[in-house]
Amino acid sequence: MLLKYLTGKNEDIPAGSSAIFFGFSSIFWFVVGTGLGSFNAAKLAFPDFVTGTELFAFGHMRQVHVLAVIVGWISMAFAMTMMYMTPALGNTKLWSEKLGLWTGMMWNIGLSTALLSLWIGITSGREYSDFAWPLDLVILLGVITPLCVNVIMTIAHRRTQGIYITNWFFGSCTFMVGIVLLVGNSPEYFHLTGLSEAYLTWWNAHNLLGLWITPVAAAIAYYTIPKLTGNPLYSHRIGHMHFWSIIVFYSTPASHHIMSSPIPEWLKSFASVEGVLILIPAVAFVANILLTMKGKWTLFVENIETKFSMTGVLLAIPLNMQGGFQQTRSINWYIHGTGWIVAHAHLALLGMSTFLEIAAVYFGLQQMLKRKVYSLALANIHYWFVLIGFCIYWISMTIAGLIQGAGKIYEVPYIDVVIAEHPYMIARWVGGTMVFTGNLVWLFNMWMTARAGTVLPEGRYAHELAYER
Amino acid sequence: MAFKEYRLGSAMVGGSLGLSMIITIFLPSFDLRSAVSTKVALEKQLSAGFDVGFGYADPLLLGINRPITVVLEADPKTGAKFDPPVTAYVYQSGVPMPPNVRHPNDLGKGVQDLSEGLGQIGGVSGSNHSVGQKEGVVFTIGLGEFDGEEVSYIENATATRGWVPEATLAAAGDKNTFKISQGKTEFVVQGCWWCHTLLPEQTQDWQVFGAPPYLGDFNGENPTAFGSDRKAPDLLHVGTRNSSREWMLLHFFNPRLVQVNSIMPRFDYLWGEKDAQGNVIDYDKWRAEYLEYASGKRVYPPEVPDYAPDSEIRALIDWVLSLK
Ligand code: HEC
Ligand code: HEM
Repeated sequence: MLLKYLTGKNEDIPAGSSAIFFGFSSIFWFVVGTGLGSFNAAKLAFPDFVTGTELFAFGHMRQVHVLAVIVGWISMAFAMTMMYMTPALGNTKLWSEKLGLWTGMMWNIGLSTALLSLWIGITSGREYSDFAWPLDLVILLGVITPLCVNVIMTIAHRRTQGIYITNWFFGSCTFMVGIVLLVGNSPEYFHLTGLSEAYLTWWNAHNLLGLWITPVAAAIAYYTIPKLTGNPLYSHRIGHMHFWSIIVFYSTPASHHIMSSPIPEWLKSFASVEGVLILIPAVAFVANILLTMKGKWTLFVENIETKFSMTGVLLAIPLNMQGGFQQTRSINWYIHGTGWIVAHAHLALLGMSTFLEIAAVYFGLQQMLKRKVYSLALANIHYWFVLIGFCIYWISMTIAGLIQGAGKIYEVPYIDVVIAEHPYMIARWVGGTMVFTGNLVWLFNMWMTARAGTVLPEGRYAHELAYER
Repeated sequence: MAFKEYRLGSAMVGGSLGLSMIITIFLPSFDLRSAVSTKVALEKQLSAGFDVGFGYADPLLLGINRPITVVLEADPKTGAKFDPPVTAYVYQSGVPMPPNVRHPNDLGKGVQDLSEGLGQIGGVSGSNHSVGQKEGVVFTIGLGEFDGEEVSYIENATATRGWVPEATLAAAGDKNTFKISQGKTEFVVQGCWWCHTLLPEQTQDWQVFGAPPYLGDFNGENPTAFGSDRKAPDLLHVGTRNSSREWMLLHFFNPRLVQVNSIMPRFDYLWGEKDAQGNVIDYDKWRAEYLEYASGKRVYPPEVPDYAPDSEIRALIDWVLSLK
């Protein structure tokens, strides 16, 4: 069927096909990515687990996990939401379903190739842009560009007057992430060396997070929460303040990732100040959503999508408090390079961002498949496994990070730090494995939804129907 | 569609992103590019070569087409003895030239002038670049004076002293040959940098791990791969703390042989199929015996095989021990 659509005429493809394709692809990569994460965690807890083969060495697998979850799960879930939210918000159809399906195909093929090559060791040696640059270009031209064209053309062909805040984010973030990848990989095409290379590596990593992962996740919440609660967004203006301050403040503090390297001091100070200012968009977002929930907090308990969404929004609070302050000089020296940062990275990606996306994928898949989610019980299992697993992960790595930080400044022999961290490494593995298990349940649940979920009556939203299982 | 707020909005998005890039990329580039290479930087880039990550000359990162570092006790041409020995960097034919020989203006003031003047690196870069590549070049690091200060510079020893790659390698012998570039590639490919950093921080940890690097220490390094996440000791100066090849041998084969609590993975697979004597290494037997040892059924652990001279682990240890 996919093949027929890929070669068929755009008009013949039912609306929502690309969203469904992206939705299932993203869940698949989520399972793969978290499985790899759990495997890596096992290796850090028990170093002799699967030992002695090059391919299964920790150093070959870690970056595959990171890019599988970022490019596979998170970004594909973004694409999925763009495929259904952008047209819905413009009261129109997706500009080209066919292009959407092709983007999804290219994405799966390109990403599999890139991850396989990374796995066997073909790497540029630059964190978060580890792929060799020809593959970076494939992703940029074959995936990000068509996605951006599709989103922006859909917005341009909208049949509403204004542009809702979510679409502002979608349109500009797909564009900006392209620029970021183009410029951020320049050390590879132009062979820049030395600190220029190091700085651009982190410029790229920072802006991938700042102009792609966090803002798009927030944009998704601007759609799902009003939709699910039936309340209008508390303030579109605060939303715009969020939007503009993201672009102005979040695009600048790249160098706070390499505070202990000898880059110019003015750049470090500038980055720290701008980094604290990220609290402006952060607080604007959280406040806006919390105020939108007014009077509808029961849904936080009753409705699975709201549950996921609001958990994501609430996790944004500790995330931003950490993020704003851990990059100032007075705190960064203590926690830099420790497990604290790993905990923070998972709070952002597995906590805030992933929860918002899970909600949107649940919501969108039900809507596009025109079926109610198969089982509430399984969805709740999914929720609690991911939440509890994540909390174990986050708490244990935060503690491990504080131990490492203390070890660092008191100059404890390194091996004592390794010994002290060991229980937390095991805890992290347990937590991560729970997340992975939860995702398997999710994949099953969504598969069953597509096959056996109750069909939605015409013109109804899934969340308006009662759960049956 | 009459409402045009999106026109202004799009222009503003573009404008603010552009402004942000001017501040965060264009302005710092002046500071970063004004860095003057230190001797450390010259050593690093001459021993590592053009690229230790993905590149045309070694797309699969197998460690081919790499420069080789040698320590010479005598001049390969005249035979005159050196005291102290001289380190030379041999770029055989087909090996890409080091980054700053291609782009000498990245060397920084003084270093560039001396390298192009006394060091005669102009012959290999610029228009003769391909000629230099065909025959191969040997580099050394010279010490000169610029504006009243001592400055290290890159010397094209093929031009200044008539050293050619083959004769230089032969003069050094295998014992004084170090495959540092291939070793650094292993560091990148095997993901050592997910656990080890190459960046003692500017806080207290230099007391254990040694001095943090200077701005000019990085010129010409690609990728810098100094790591962001530390689960193990910093390695920037590990060669000064521990220069024992035997310890490294045991530790890489199975870190638990020398440090029971280590979480470092075993890198025994870097030994390849055969050991130094050309015998096939029986990994299954070794692992079985090691398990017996670990569970207390054996008093001594099994013997760690000697590595073959062309094994990957040899290159890796060469690189680790070069980190002074
Ligand atoms: C899973 C994390 C991990 C990886 C990957 C790893 N190491 Fe280690 N390494 C450690 C830990 C922990 C220690 C400290 C305990 C010990 O001595 O084994 C260590 C110690 C060392 C030491 C001794 C440091 C000292 O201060 O004496 C060297 C040298 C070393 N590693 C090199 C490497 C190289 C080279 C690689 C890549 C081939 C590598 N390591 C990969 C965790 C790791
Ligand atoms: C969607 C979910 C997830 C996302 C987006 C994600 C993202 C990331 C990122 C960005 C890093 C790099 C961190 C850094 O360099 O600071 C990372 C590392 C890691 N992740 Fe995940 N992760 C996810 C889920 C998991 C799960 C379920 C596990 C299972 C335990 C896991 C285990 C790990 C491990 C072990 C590392 C290596 C940490 C280290 O090197 O110390 N991750 N992940």
